[in-house]
Amino acid sequence: MTSANHEGGARQRASLPLWVTASIKTLGSIAVTMLGLVFITFIIGRVMPIDPVLAIVGERASQSTYDAVYYQLGLDKPVIVQFGYYVWDVMRGDFGMSLLNARPVAEDIARVFPATLELATLGVCFGIVLGVPLGVVAAVRKGSWIDQLARVVALVGYSMPIFWLGLMGLLVFYGILGWVGGPGRVGIFYEDVVPSVTGMILVDSILDRNWTVLKDAFSHIVLPASLLGYYSLAYISRMTRSFMLEQMSAEYITTARVKGMSEWDVVWKHAFRNIRVQLITVIALSYAGLLEGSVLTEIIFSWPGIGSYITTALLSADMNAVLGGTVVVGLIFILLNIFSDLLYKVFDPRAR
Amino acid sequence: MKMWTQTLAGATMAVALSFTSVAVLAETPANMLVVANRIDDITTMDPAQSFEFAGSDVNQNIYGKLVNFDPLDFDKGYVPDLAESWVVSEDGMSITFTMREGVKFQSGNPVTAPDAEWSLRRAVILNKTPAFILTQFGFTPENVAETIKADGNTLTIKTDKRYATSFVLNCLTATIGSIVDMKTAMEHEVDGDMGNAWLATNSAGSGPYTLVGWKPNESVTLQANPDYYGGAPAMERVIVRHVAESASQRLLLEAGDIDVARNLNPEDIAGVRNAAGIVVQEELKGRLMYLGLNQTHPVLSKPQVRQAFKYLVDYEGMQNSFLNGQYTTHQNFLPKTYLGASTENPFSLNIEKAKELLAEAGVENLEIEVGVREAQERIEIAQSFQNTAAQAGIKVNITVGTGKQILDRYRARELDMSLEAWGPDYPDPQTNAGTFAYNPDNSLEAKATGLLAWRLAWDTDGLTPLTEAAVTEVDRDKRIAMYQEIQAKFRETSPFVIMFQQIEQDGVRDNVKNFTTGEAIGSADYSKVVKE
Repeated sequence: MTSANHEGGARQRASLPLWVTASIKTLGSIAVTMLGLVFITFIIGRVMPIDPVLAIVGERASQSTYDAVYYQLGLDKPVIVQFGYYVWDVMRGDFGMSLLNARPVAEDIARVFPATLELATLGVCFGIVLGVPLGVVAAVRKGSWIDQLARVVALVGYSMPIFWLGLMGLLVFYGILGWVGGPGRVGIFYEDVVPSVTGMILVDSILDRNWTVLKDAFSHIVLPASLLGYYSLAYISRMTRSFMLEQMSAEYITTARVKGMSEWDVVWKHAFRNIRVQLITVIALSYAGLLEGSVLTEIIFSWPGIGSYITTALLSADMNAVLGGTVVVGLIFILLNIFSDLLYKVFDPRAR
Repeated sequence: MKMWTQTLAGATMAVALSFTSVAVLAETPANMLVVANRIDDITTMDPAQSFEFAGSDVNQNIYGKLVNFDPLDFDKGYVPDLAESWVVSEDGMSITFTMREGVKFQSGNPVTAPDAEWSLRRAVILNKTPAFILTQFGFTPENVAETIKADGNTLTIKTDKRYATSFVLNCLTATIGSIVDMKTAMEHEVDGDMGNAWLATNSAGSGPYTLVGWKPNESVTLQANPDYYGGAPAMERVIVRHVAESASQRLLLEAGDIDVARNLNPEDIAGVRNAAGIVVQEELKGRLMYLGLNQTHPVLSKPQVRQAFKYLVDYEGMQNSFLNGQYTTHQNFLPKTYLGASTENPFSLNIEKAKELLAEAGVENLEIEVGVREAQERIEIAQSFQNTAAQAGIKVNITVGTGKQILDRYRARELDMSLEAWGPDYPDPQTNAGTFAYNPDNSLEAKATGLLAWRLAWDTDGLTPLTEAAVTEVDRDKRIAMYQEIQAKFRETSPFVIMFQQIEQDGVRDNVKNFTTGEAIGSADYSKVVKE
């Protein structure tokens, strides 16, 4: 009886649906990756030549004030114990308090991340809308002026310092032409006008049906998003061109043409369909890079995003904020990877 | 071919359409002041804890103090604020303040002597970083019940010994001297924190403005207090926006989207100087740049060598080149505009004189290390010194490091020389005299790392008792004379080569009047600003 039950249990385990085992594997993989990420960041934070106590109390504080904060931060405990406490807190969604502004790090991240999210999303849309067609056309018309143009556009995108390009963009489109809003997410007259629901001003202003704020917010985001999108475009267009060239030289393309299929169908219905999986990877990587926060863009455009948040925290020795930000960025990378894997399965039956 | 061009053109059009032309307003509203500043140093708004420049600027406009500076005339020194008068006891150890009648906090609660008592006691009990400004008078958490006492409409503070009245009152003008609305703050007390957590992001003052919101690294918004006893401010709303990049501040200023740009670099200052509608406003600040010679070094401790190094700095050359209006030559430990500050600058670059002094000291083939924090202006100053010192036969090795790396070695007396900056903590000469010219125990065991003289292992050559005497001198004129004497001796004998005092250059729209950053002794004040 016991034996039969045991066998039954084994059969039950063996017959677990595939998606369940896949999900368990994925979650396990996420957990291990996140733990590794937190550990490495934590250790780097501890060996950095910045004193978090000094950052809080200032260099003129008395020894007793210094010591009080030192013990308050738990820095007297062994590093491994500190790490254990930290992991336990993170698992409960608590990134601790910012050492400098004494606010919960989770709250700070919830405030800055939506700013980066809307900027990166708009930026990557820009990159996709222009980059993919440019790459396809460059591949189809290899050697033509369009191909040369795509090459120059990509080269400039790769090589031009974003700092310079951002300032020039501001000077021309904001300073001289007055087409777009200046640095900041929204004009000062519209600060805190719409209630923050998602933290993304474009979305919040739509939810609030406040079209004036929407227009103003859009005028502020369009330039930094275009700038980020341009770098995204450079990458996406070159990769698209490369993938398309490989497909266009394949035999099935020749066959399609011999059968009299139109060039449009050959390119978009055959060649392009086959590069979609590769493109997803490229776009996901590009998006993840933008979500990580472009520090220089955020600084030039006074955009309070996660990139400048982590950088400021790092320079101020606010390690709780650095760790919290790093964990969030790491999680985004992992989630985007998972999302890409799911899309593979949609576009490629072999991956199902 | 046409088809592909159309594809690309369609995509381009889709993106180009997104560039909607939006009219940019030419200037900010007449009742609003918009300031661009780097505010990422703000850690809290609690006046008992706030000790950063940007935080002090905000608190200056939120809280009243017993005594304060007149933002339109800093030369007057401290003037009555929430205390309308004060009396000093015969023994000089007690000051009794009479509170101004009829003043209200922004909450509507009256400002009373018990509020003042509670605020000062609280600052001592919480013992946050700036608490030393008050505890140096002998106040401790244990004795505040006796030493800081309200009685009716008066508040009496009793110090542990006789101090110059100007010293005590100057310290009460610091942010930590802010008077907080006890009732409002205590309503938000958590775990006996006396409202510390709540006041970190909220305000409970009686000043000309109320804190509407603080978004770290983003903005601070203030709303005018219409019931301010000094009269409702003309600027009904003040927004201080965090704009880190100088070029971005300049563009915003030129476009009229901000009224004041506070962090313009020399190139951008030069750019806006002749721009229409913009004026450049300059104010001396308290920050000093100096070289410190470690007196444990057998050569650097020789008097002639200390003197020689003061002739090896190209003060004028640096001031007129890369420091370009951001610093002015100043060779005294009291910044100009401070009580008793000397304006004597006897040293200039003189290689021959330096060589003579070095020869007199028998110095040959000297090689030294200078520790420098990784900041562009400091590195450039160090390189200039390296160059001029080489002309006198001294090899200078520059060690660049993070703030912690250099500070740790400086505090441990490990560096031959340090290139450092120092800003005063409160608007009284003792703040700098007490660290540059005061070192009662020069032994390594004393570990008085807070004293700059100790860090350089300098016993002050007899200046310590003079500094102690100056801080207790009640007569203001005599006190000034004493600091003049200390500075004269300090210039000649000390191992500090004080070089420059900071100048803040702000780009300001020309219709904005009465804006001040507080000069060297105060903080930014928005209450008197008007637009014409």
